[in-house]
Amino acid sequence: MNDIVKITSVKKESADTKTFEFKMDGKATAGQFVMVWIPGVDEIPMSLSSTGETKSITVKAIGEATKALHELKKNDNIGIRGPYGNGFKTKKKDRILVVGGGVGIAALIPLIRETGADTVIGARNKKEVIMEDETKKYSKNVWVSTDDGSYEYHGNAVQLMKEKLAAKKYDMVVACGPEVMLYYAHKECAELGIECQMSLERYMKCGAGLCGSCVIDGMRICEDGPVFDCKQISKLKEFGKIKRDPSGAKVSL
Amino acid sequence: MSLLRTCIGNLELERPGMVASGIMDETGDSMMRMIKLGAGAVVTKSVGSVKRDGHVNPSFIEFPFGYLNAMGLPNPGIDDFKDEMMIATKAGTIIASVFASSPKEFSSLAERMEIFGASAVELNLSCPHAKGYGIEMGTDVKMVHKIVSTVKNTVKIPVYAKLTPNTHILADIGKAVQDAGGDAVVAINTLKAMSISPEFAMPVLSNRFGGLSGPALRPIGVRAIYDLRSALEIPLIGVGGICSWRDAAEYIMAGASAFQVGSAIASDINIFKKINKGLECFMKEFGYSSIEKMVGAAHE
Repeated sequence: MNDIVKITSVKKESADTKTFEFKMDGKATAGQFVMVWIPGVDEIPMSLSSTGETKSITVKAIGEATKALHELKKNDNIGIRGPYGNGFKTKKKDRILVVGGGVGIAALIPLIRETGADTVIGARNKKEVIMEDETKKYSKNVWVSTDDGSYEYHGNAVQLMKEKLAAKKYDMVVACGPEVMLYYAHKECAELGIECQMSLERYMKCGAGLCGSCVIDGMRICEDGPVFDCKQISKLKEFGKIKRDPSGAKVSL
Repeated sequence: MSLLRTCIGNLELERPGMVASGIMDETGDSMMRMIKLGAGAVVTKSVGSVKRDGHVNPSFIEFPFGYLNAMGLPNPGIDDFKDEMMIATKAGTIIASVFASSPKEFSSLAERMEIFGASAVELNLSCPHAKGYGIEMGTDVKMVHKIVSTVKNTVKIPVYAKLTPNTHILADIGKAVQDAGGDAVVAINTLKAMSISPEFAMPVLSNRFGGLSGPALRPIGVRAIYDLRSALEIPLIGVGGICSWRDAAEYIMAGASAFQVGSAIASDINIFKKINKGLECFMKEFGYSSIEKMVGAAHE
């Protein structure tokens, strides 16, 4: 539901990424998101990076709304609606490999916390690697890739994922990150016959399953997703290719 | 013959429930999905001459009793909408909603939609939150008459007018639609409304006000259809807060030949299947052999 909450802490994750904590009643599960209102600026969907009584969002300053969020300090108020979406559905016995690209790792933290799953963190370079320490708190095996090789594995997250899938038996890949990364990660999983769940993203207005502005092939990211499984993603013609702008017009990805 | 078959003038539907404009109807694939999930027809998102992004977020608020929205008529423009219509019309009956700021613009949009395969056109004379459109034209009796007659002179497909509850002259507006040759009246659109955040001392919606939808609206819509049935001869389509077969039956008995569902789709994408099944059971149990026999039953 609609709520005004006080920011209880702000943590800097990297030069352009911050985590904002706030108290919010109500249950939320790993992979769900909230609509965040920055008064006078915008309202945007953000995945929860913690889902307990204290909840958090992890924000990379890339647009007007996210930059405005970065200006906020402890004790400032923001509007929160939700939580919305289906979240990840995993079983206790599943051997999971988590793959987080860029700020996408933040949406996976609650799942890593619950399952202690092995994790691949992908970033463009050393400075953009975020939440590595946080991940190591819950997960025994954490591997990091950087596109430019400035830290640990030299290559992208999907290449590192492939190596890890070849080295050890996993039942499922759970991923969040840029769509191009998800596209190739899904392709790999489909070919190897490994189940996967991926959190997708589209421009969103209502967030509650009503307006249809976030649809991908008629599936609502906000209500049918944001998490889709391997089979569902295989059916999406627009995945990795087309998104919709605020007017509903098609835009190439 | 299917028990649920209904006719709105000469448009025949296998099932009386349609997806209301603005809900899951921006793309061809989402409209196709709703037809497959049991909707008798889908009314498209309101489409205009040129692309519009709509209002900046927040454009939506949830209440326990409904939703408040000010989407601001986002649409890709009539040219781009052709692709969506090509996909949707293959799946079933598509009613094209259009909005415009003049009778001429309305008729040229309706003409395009007819070419794209729409089974009927629904004139948006009732959007409460876009300046220069919708409600601003739809509460002027003379203007409504002019818009409907101009569109009627242009297209062969049936022409429906969707009206607003934000007026005390609803029956007069309905008469203007009928006198101008309109084929049906759709009622009601959302109720103009506002919500304020005390913490920020400002309205929550970026547009300040918007339209209230959902269960809170239902008694208002049922009353509107009841009044319109008393005043008009042309068919009516009831909309506003329908969440179950019972709600749909209320609208039919108030005088609607068909109904539309919007807000309830958010939490239950399978709502049409449930309504269809419930309505069928009710009709069998209470001895209604057709929808037509139920239409306006509460007036007798």
